[in-house]
Amino acid sequence: MTPERLERLIVTVADAVIAHEHELTVLDQAIGDGDHGLNMRRGFEAVRNEARDLACKPVADALNGIGSRLVMTIGGASGPLYGTMFIALGKALSPDASNLAEALACAVGAVMARGKSQPGQKTMLDVLAPVQAAVAAGGEELVQTLPVIARDAALATAPVRAVRGRASFLGDRSIGHVDPGAMSAALIVTTICGAWET
Amino acid sequence: MPNVGIVIVSHSPKIAEGAADMVRQMVGDSVPLAWSGGDSAGGLGTSVAAVRQAIEDAWSEGGVAILVDLGGAETNSEMAIELLDAGRRDRVVVCNAPIVEGAVIAAAEASGGSPLDVVCRVAEELSPR
Repeated sequence: MTPERLERLIVTVADAVIAHEHELTVLDQAIGDGDHGLNMRRGFEAVRNEARDLACKPVADALNGIGSRLVMTIGGASGPLYGTMFIALGKALSPDASNLAEALACAVGAVMARGKSQPGQKTMLDVLAPVQAAVAAGGEELVQTLPVIARDAALATAPVRAVRGRASFLGDRSIGHVDPGAMSAALIVTTICGAWET
Repeated sequence: MPNVGIVIVSHSPKIAEGAADMVRQMVGDSVPLAWSGGDSAGGLGTSVAAVRQAIEDAWSEGGVAILVDLGGAETNSEMAIELLDAGRRDRVVVCNAPIVEGAVIAAAEASGGSPLDVVCRVAEELSPR
């Protein structure tokens, strides 16, 4: 991937997260502390501000840099979670990115360890795990199918009762609401796929 | 071995500072103590960089016990521990205990010279099973 293309990709993802601040906040107000949109905006603004420098690095270092900035700027639990995801992905990804599925599995595993959580517990993992599985299964049309998989997986968190994070304090009252972390994960996946060919 | 240090990490700077005041009243200056609260923009939240600084401020060769309030305080504290120098990382633990009661009882235990694992265990006995 050229630095120009990587920079466009970073900026596009950051802009999408920033543009969806309100949506993420509304979801988090329903079952959390209402700061997910603001925190994600702050994190991705920091990433966006350094997109050019990040894009000049090898992909592994760029991913590590993105993760570190998110860790340092987000301020909520999603900072270490998304930060760990990008850092672990950067650590595992080969220079030619040919082991993407394997590297994503490492990243999902790192998020599980960081959050002491499993898929199925109404978190971002409910999106990341099926996305990783779909990448591992392969196929020609991944950039078309992954956004559908990601969004469906995020929406499928609604009927689940939260057992991790602040939403777990609500018990059964968390049922019926889409998890904000799952939605932001789906947003990132969807945006990456949408920008992939351009 | 010097007394174990105590770090208090809350989403709210007022809670973190207030809990630290209560610890200070209990143990005076016999225990290294620092607190961190609020995100980098001054709102409710926690900051990895600020937690790391608090650990450095309360550093003791006997180790540091961290008391946290909710989820992000815990994950950000764990992240801050990983950013420490390799020689220090293994001597910092996040206690699974209520933040105010845990901090006071952990500090009381630390002031008696107990090692890190005992300080943490005494605080964690406050948590519901």
